[in-house]
Amino acid sequence: MHRRGVGAGAIARRKLAEAKYKERGTVLAEDQLAQMSKQLDMFRTNLEEFASKHKQEIRKNPQFRVQFQDMCATIGVDPLASGKGFWSEMLGVGDFYYELGVQIIEVCLALKHRNGGLITLQELQQRVLKGRGKFAQDVSQDDLLRAIKKLKVLGSGFGLIPVGGTFLVQSVPAELNMDHTVVLQLAEKKGFVTITEIRESLRWETERARQVLEHLLKEGMAWLDTQAPGEPQYWLPALFTELHSQEITPEEAKEAIP
Amino acid sequence: MDRFSWTTGLLEIGETLVVQQRGVRLSDGEEKVKFDSGVLLLSTHRLIWRDQKNHECCIAVPLSQVVFIEEQAAGIGKSAKIVVHLHPASSNKEPGPFQSSKYSYIKLSFKEHGQIEFYRRLSEEITQRRWENMPTGQAMQVNKDPQAGRVRAVGIVGIERKLEEKRKETDKNISEAFEDLSKLMEKAKEMVELSKSIANKIKEKQGDITEDETIRFKSYLLSMGIANPVTRETYGSGTQYHMQLAKQLAGILQTPLEERGGIMSLTEVYCLVNRARGLELLSPEDLVNACKMLESLKLPLRLRIFDSGVMVIELQSHNEEEMVAAALETVSEKGSLTADEFAKLVGMSVLLAKERLLLAEKMGHLCRDDSVEGLRFYPNLFLRKS
Repeated sequence: MHRRGVGAGAIARRKLAEAKYKERGTVLAEDQLAQMSKQLDMFRTNLEEFASKHKQEIRKNPQFRVQFQDMCATIGVDPLASGKGFWSEMLGVGDFYYELGVQIIEVCLALKHRNGGLITLQELQQRVLKGRGKFAQDVSQDDLLRAIKKLKVLGSGFGLIPVGGTFLVQSVPAELNMDHTVVLQLAEKKGFVTITEIRESLRWETERARQVLEHLLKEGMAWLDTQAPGEPQYWLPALFTELHSQEITPEEAKEAIP
Repeated sequence: MDRFSWTTGLLEIGETLVVQQRGVRLSDGEEKVKFDSGVLLLSTHRLIWRDQKNHECCIAVPLSQVVFIEEQAAGIGKSAKIVVHLHPASSNKEPGPFQSSKYSYIKLSFKEHGQIEFYRRLSEEITQRRWENMPTGQAMQVNKDPQAGRVRAVGIVGIERKLEEKRKETDKNISEAFEDLSKLMEKAKEMVELSKSIANKIKEKQGDITEDETIRFKSYLLSMGIANPVTRETYGSGTQYHMQLAKQLAGILQTPLEERGGIMSLTEVYCLVNRARGLELLSPEDLVNACKMLESLKLPLRLRIFDSGVMVIELQSHNEEEMVAAALETVSEKGSLTADEFAKLVGMSVLLAKERLLLAEKMGHLCRDDSVEGLRFYPNLFLRKS
């Protein structure tokens, strides 16, 4: 009886068939890569044309930038992934956001000793604009948010915490979980919060509230006012708007705390 | 400027603050006036200006007086401006800084930026006319005077027409830009589809695509900013570009690292490198991907990731564990130290100082005292004594 699939001959035939199949597979991929290369060249030309007509629009118009970014996201393209990408090279979007990233890092670093690494998006925007000088382009809050999202990958703790319709920008690798975030949101209304308020608004036990507040104190994100009438108040320096006009050194800041 | 009235600057009941901006100068038409540096506040009802140096000096004009507004972009030596065209002042207007003016418009100069946001909000408020729904305590200057109405019709129509033309032109430019953008995105979408199809082929025929082809594919993805469908990374790490970048970084960072005790955080590196470049900056992802290749390329630097997620670049010759021994001595000398104190003593960034102390703790050399006054490290006597 002639057994099928067994024996040296059958194995050899099978191997030959596989080899031929593989070869075809490689050729297919090669074809597609060649096609992609051609299409890439065409796309590059299209983008160049677009840039020659509308590069200024992107540069000057924050709303247009938002549209552009949203459309890219919808189709699955990240124009800010690499400075070497076409988008960066030809539209100059990259340089705008990467430079903004540097400015954001510098502002956050300069203020860290005062606010523990938390700053409102609005204050960040004002200080970045000031640092950029008169001749630089205007920067919208959307621009800042996108730049910050890119900075996350550098590992130094950049993050965004939603509070009261805007954001707090975190720039230190402190662990802030849901509990911390919720208390920050509560404190945003007046700039400070008390244990009683937390208990009443969030219906937490005192101990839970205390732990969260202690963590914020340890991280330097909250300051304790034990001389407040009634019970101690926990203030967030990130929400002090008056501090803008004063420059306090870390030593002065320490002395200011009872 | 004769449309303004003195005010206390306090908001009336029913009036809400919308946005404010520091560093704004007021001009009466083309002429400068003494309102040079102030905070400009937009409420639902009024535009208020308060002098930054003298808070008593505060003037306001009702939004109902605004005919329309236009933007003037910044130029060399000039701040961005908003031009506000106003109805003539009504006869029952509260007294203000000027009795008369030869201009029917004022200019707001944004010396400290903020013009774009302010313009947007001002446009919204003028369109929504919320002051009509929310009557406030103060008598609003509604333009009931028929004489004034007639004057309005004559002088301003010409200006309105010119501005309408300009608006149409701008709108046309923007809609053309959007149209072109949409077409471009269609083409980009085709590229994304093609890359997915290639990635599927690669997945099916594992190991049948040559290394050369993989490298080519990754570089195409990089150009387009398409996430690598196989590995899910947005940068196609391991491209030629990142290899070259890694080698460049090794050259650029050698001296700065030596100057900083052999270690720098990735954020410091990002700022240093991009400030030096000035143009054609690196994206954060470019930097991370290049750094990930340092070790495999046998370069004299390496990327290290601490437990906290903090990423640093170290000289190969740098030995953090040895530095920990030195840190222990420093802490012992002083009895105890916080990260801030240690950083200042040694001349390091607080971020890296904290990582070193945490590492020392992990290795058992230091103990922590975690209180509301901060995190303080002590030599670990438990280990010593036993």
